[in-house]
Amino acid sequence: MSQENKNSVQTTGHVWDDDLQELTNPLPRWWIWGFYITFTFAVVYWLFYPAWPIGGSYTKGVPGFNSVTYTATTVDGKQVKKTTHWNMRSQFMVDMNELTALQKKYFDKVASMSYEDVSKDAELMQFVNSAGKTLFSDNCAPCHQAGGQGKIGFSPNLTDDNWMYGGTYDQIHTTIEGGRRGYMPPFSQVLNDEQITQLANYVLSLSSEPHDPVAAKAGDALFHGEGAACYYCHGPDGKGKIQLGSANLTDKIWLWANIPADKTQEDKVNDIKNVIYNGLAKGVMPNWNVRLKPEQIKLLTVYVHDSLGGGK
Amino acid sequence: MKHDLIERNLGILLVLTMFAISAGGLVEVIPLFFIKETVEKVDGVRPYSPLELRGRDIYVREGCYLCHSQMIRPFRDEALRYGHYSLAAESKYDHPFQWGSKRTGPDLARVGGKYSNEWHTQHLTAPRSLVPQSVMPNYPWLVKTPLDYSDIQLRMKALRKTGVPYSLTQAEYDRNVKDFGPDVAKSLHIPDAEKNLIAQAQLGNYDGNPANISEMDALVSYLQMLGTLVDFKKYDDDYFVKFR
Ligand code: HEC
Ligand code: HEC
Ligand code: HEC
Repeated sequence: MSQENKNSVQTTGHVWDDDLQELTNPLPRWWIWGFYITFTFAVVYWLFYPAWPIGGSYTKGVPGFNSVTYTATTVDGKQVKKTTHWNMRSQFMVDMNELTALQKKYFDKVASMSYEDVSKDAELMQFVNSAGKTLFSDNCAPCHQAGGQGKIGFSPNLTDDNWMYGGTYDQIHTTIEGGRRGYMPPFSQVLNDEQITQLANYVLSLSSEPHDPVAAKAGDALFHGEGAACYYCHGPDGKGKIQLGSANLTDKIWLWANIPADKTQEDKVNDIKNVIYNGLAKGVMPNWNVRLKPEQIKLLTVYVHDSLGGGK
Repeated sequence: MKHDLIERNLGILLVLTMFAISAGGLVEVIPLFFIKETVEKVDGVRPYSPLELRGRDIYVREGCYLCHSQMIRPFRDEALRYGHYSLAAESKYDHPFQWGSKRTGPDLARVGGKYSNEWHTQHLTAPRSLVPQSVMPNYPWLVKTPLDYSDIQLRMKALRKTGVPYSLTQAEYDRNVKDFGPDVAKSLHIPDAEKNLIAQAQLGNYDGNPANISEMDALVSYLQMLGTLVDFKKYDDDYFVKFR
């Protein structure tokens, strides 16, 4: 081999171990051409895209080759058309403009129509359902669970007819927009164990759960008396107040005390006692007016009311 | 012959090889330090408070960045899911930044305010109790471990060396009052770090247990401020285009 090559191909001139030489074969022609093409590509690229740094700035491509026109919304809601050089962010504006154009028809309707009219418009409800499902999965499902069924000890069920803060469109809208934060004070300092046991039995009696009737009678007095003043928040009938989100204690729906899972009467009493002892401050529903747009909140309101079922 | 010189001299070969392979990177990175528009002009960005800083360090220690990015790219799908694209300005005090590129879980750049403290505490302790299909690991020790903040001043001093405006002297403090307002300036003052850390943890009670300051307090305080510093309602929706 070395014999043939000696004549046709040059070597680098290095010699190791007497006769070990290195050939300098020319680069293949296709490779050379590929190399030149990358140069041409680069020059074309400079025309279209931001490329060379110059001092504190950079070339932005040649106007005309790479102009991007989009519609911007100013702080005070005005629409302005603007043209600039291509970059990720101007291209993003174009993409968002496209999306807005696609959805505008529907969102405009959602924003301008009354809740009742939206819910009667079958075509619009298709949009509400698909957009609502996505919004709900991204933002609400981690707390209210995938189908909105909630989780005892954490977040309320949105699919039933039972609403702590009210189930009309406007009430649901207020909940989503501004968030909610249910608060019940701890009674460990105010009441003794016997009183708390009596109250727990009374609370259980309200929803016909197993309870000790004698203790419940004493609890009734405490509930409506000034010492514990439960009635102040839960109402004299124990049905709760929508302004406070105080639970309706007369139905069989529980959020914090897991009564349905408790097997014995004793467990049930203890669960309620726990709530009265420690109070409640963990029911925090975030406000969405910072993250979601007004029309998205309105859409979610319809979705929660009509599609999850249970609006009232 | 020069070729010969390089091939027979390992030191020169090494230096020249390193130069050749870093050239591509340097050419792209260095100009960004000089281009005025790299970091956007925007109000609200501030360094972490001492408690948030400890939370950030726990985030790094636990390797959360291996599954979570903190970089919302300017794409339509990301904007719809996560919110406004991330700004360079928003991580200008991050050393090291937590942009990341691996998304086993969702991006966290704007997770602040999305959930309640209760949610974060329960989710970090047992993710599957809230999101049944989650593959995120349990971090049950965070609520149980008291936060070690004995070295918080050293941590802030180290960052100060990299240019983060934590203050040591009165002059630096006064400058921070001017730049960030009195409330933030107080939280950036290194000599008061422990006091500020305790105050924020007690006021926020992030882990639901007011009795002690746990690692969970620090981590949740950090998560709850992510991406909340800039008020985008104050800017036209294309304001940040001009910085590119
Ligand atoms: C961090 C967890 C969390 C997230 C996320 C969350 N919620 Fe809630 N939500 C709650 C909790 C907790 C309550 C109950 C508040 C209370 O106990 O005072 C609640 C209450 C509600 C209520 C009132 C229920 C009633 O019975 O009156 C509605 C409606 C609601 N959420 C809708 C939503 C929607 C829509 C979203 C998504 C945009 C959402 N929630 C996201 C935790 C959450
Ligand atoms: C300051 C107002 C307030 C007072 C006083 C009050 N509660 Fe409550 N209570 C609430 C609120 C609000 C909730 C719901 C909290 C939430 O969902 O976040 C609640 C929830 C409950 C629950 C849990 C229901 C469930 O679904 O698990 C029980 C039980 C209860 N209260 C019993 C009582 C008793 C007994 C008293 C009197 C000792 C009392 N409350 C006094 C506001 C109050
Ligand atoms: C093995 C990969 C993995 C690791 C490591 C991990 N996560 Fe996650 N994380 C996930 C996945 C998957 C989800 C989505 C499902 C869920 O919410 O649990 C998630 C969700 C989250 C969310 C909710 C985001 C949202 O917008 O819904 C937060 C906050 C979070 N993780 C924080 C952390 C923190 C803090 C750490 C470090 C202590 C961490 N994660 C470590 C995989 C991971």
